[in-house]
Amino acid sequence: MTNPTLAAGAVERHLRARRDTGHGLLMPYVTGGITPGWTDYLRAFAAAGADAIEVGLPFSDPTLDGVTIQQASGTALARGASTRRILADLSGMPDVGVPLVVSTYYNLVLHDGPEAFCAALRRAGVGGLIVPDLPVHEADELTDVAAAAEIELALLASPATPQPRLAEISCRSRGFVYAVSVMGTTGERAALAASAAELTERVRRVTDRPVLLGFGISTPDQAREARRHADGVVVGAAVMRRVLDGAGPDDLRAFLATLRQALDQECDRPR
Amino acid sequence: MRHLLPWREPVPPDGTMGEPRARGRFGEYGGRYAPESLVEACREVDEAFREAWVDPGFRGALARLLAVHAGRPTPLTPAGRLSEALGVQLYLKREDLTHTGSHKINNVLGQALLATRMGRRRLIAETGAGQHGVATATAAALLGLEATVFMGERDIERQALNVFRMRMLGAEVIPVTTGSRTLKDATSEAMRHWVGATGDSHYCIGSVVGPDPYPWMVREFQRVIGDEARGQCAAELPTGVPDYVVACVGGGSNAAGTFAGFADTPARLVGVEAEGGAGAARGRLGVLHGCRSLFLQDDDGQITEAQSLAAGLDYPGVGPEHAHLRDLGRARYVTVTDDEAIGAAVRLARTEGILPALESAHALAWVIRAADTGDLPAGSTVLMTLSGRGDKDVSTLKELL
Ligand SMILES: Cc1ncc(COP(=O)(O)O)c(C=O)c1O
Repeated sequence: MTNPTLAAGAVERHLRARRDTGHGLLMPYVTGGITPGWTDYLRAFAAAGADAIEVGLPFSDPTLDGVTIQQASGTALARGASTRRILADLSGMPDVGVPLVVSTYYNLVLHDGPEAFCAALRRAGVGGLIVPDLPVHEADELTDVAAAAEIELALLASPATPQPRLAEISCRSRGFVYAVSVMGTTGERAALAASAAELTERVRRVTDRPVLLGFGISTPDQAREARRHADGVVVGAAVMRRVLDGAGPDDLRAFLATLRQALDQECDRPR
Repeated sequence: MRHLLPWREPVPPDGTMGEPRARGRFGEYGGRYAPESLVEACREVDEAFREAWVDPGFRGALARLLAVHAGRPTPLTPAGRLSEALGVQLYLKREDLTHTGSHKINNVLGQALLATRMGRRRLIAETGAGQHGVATATAAALLGLEATVFMGERDIERQALNVFRMRMLGAEVIPVTTGSRTLKDATSEAMRHWVGATGDSHYCIGSVVGPDPYPWMVREFQRVIGDEARGQCAAELPTGVPDYVVACVGGGSNAAGTFAGFADTPARLVGVEAEGGAGAARGRLGVLHGCRSLFLQDDDGQITEAQSLAAGLDYPGVGPEHAHLRDLGRARYVTVTDDEAIGAAVRLARTEGILPALESAHALAWVIRAADTGDLPAGSTVLMTLSGRGDKDVSTLKELL
């Protein structure tokens, strides 16, 4: 189904290979610069069985984030975090063995210009990029530049996205399709929204690219349920609430291990 | 005495301030940089607005609301004593005389009517000075809608009167405690809230900012200021068209509405920003709250907090069309300080018996300064939009004077 002229990049090849063995994908999120030794979280995530890691570059006005990630962004910025420093931290650490995907708002991409921004990501060893306020119809400016820098620009799909547009998003997305499970902001939720299953089915109809479900997934049960529909999950606020409450890398490793286990159990079930 | 038109050739329409280009672009600015979850909602607003704006039924209903409820047309008042002192002919477009006391009501009645047409039951709004919040609460009450207004904690403190007014009108006022706790953060919070409420709510943005079609739609709803003023100037000014058209700029809605009426004339357009909120004069290219425009930012690309005594000018950016008008040189953007604005407010009160909103006092402060420095040639005719009345600012002024 994929266009052979648009060969999948490293992030997508990695995620596809793992998915194709029946493995449920886990992508935890951490706000860059949230604590002095924040890159230790990345090592802990990888050790807990993460398949990719999302690193947020904090922005002053995160219009798609709920209270937890807003607070994390504010804390990181108050500590002096910036795109430059976070990427320097990433450059200075040994390879964690799984792809790193940066997420941030478009203002930070435009700040030095898309070319300089993507080149800086590449130098820091980042393979993917998520920009929640850059919908597909505004992405032209960044798409080619990102591709040239070998940065896979993953696009978001939402429950409100009509089917033709969903097809375009799925086709133009690189690395994976980020399916937003619910009409809302990031944040922990008591239950997986019904819209999650429906959206994932609709994305599946138009692509075989890996589909990661994000927004609100906070417990092993929800991860298990999400896995029934999608190839994997993104877990942000549930991680960052623990970090904000003082949990260290070891605590997060233990938490993510419970999600890993849930995803693995769901895989073992007859499907 | 000045000559009557046409002593000067009228300038043909230059295509500015018409419909934006494809994808809501004004030059390189504008666009719909909204989370995917809001894109469909924006598209629905766009479609509904396009249909409504060419529907005589809608236009008629809006015109009637503006006339019987908001009190339009507003007068054009010659500022006689001040004009004499300044050596220019100053005319004030009196948006302060609208119901609820500012130009915000023009846009809100338009959007509230549109929301009704779209079957929405609730309006979401952000507010800084509280004027847009009061206008939204008013329109919601009038049309039987609910209203939820987001307002920064700091603005809630300094605009207590307007908070009380909103609650009296039945609106829910939600304090925003993040960031600078002013308009920028209230706007972010309103957008976040809208993501979860697109099914039954309309986001009623208060200025010419936000994702396409808002900058265009809000300008069209505010165009009534400029269109009325144009007609009034033609009838009442010796020159027919003023030499200068001046308005204060927060997001820029009253300025955009005013400028729209004069875009195809030789009038020079001047937007006056607060020194601490000068998006057009000192911002750099960025994307915030759904549009590509000029924003105040630090060296790392973080949006910086605007600082102005006038809560309505406390926004770190301007609408995309203003950025475009600036690039074209069609409009000029200047700044004045808090102190100059306070001085101007007092001067207007004492010479003309009008206490302006501190936002509007910025526009006047520039007129006064420019007349003093000769930046405004002696004898020029100046149309200035008085965007709102100063009642809300009385407690602020009381503390300072
Ligand atoms: C009286 C008054 N004037 C001006 C403004 C600035 O807004 P804009 O530039 O969008 O007209 C406000 C905003 O609250 C206001 O209340």
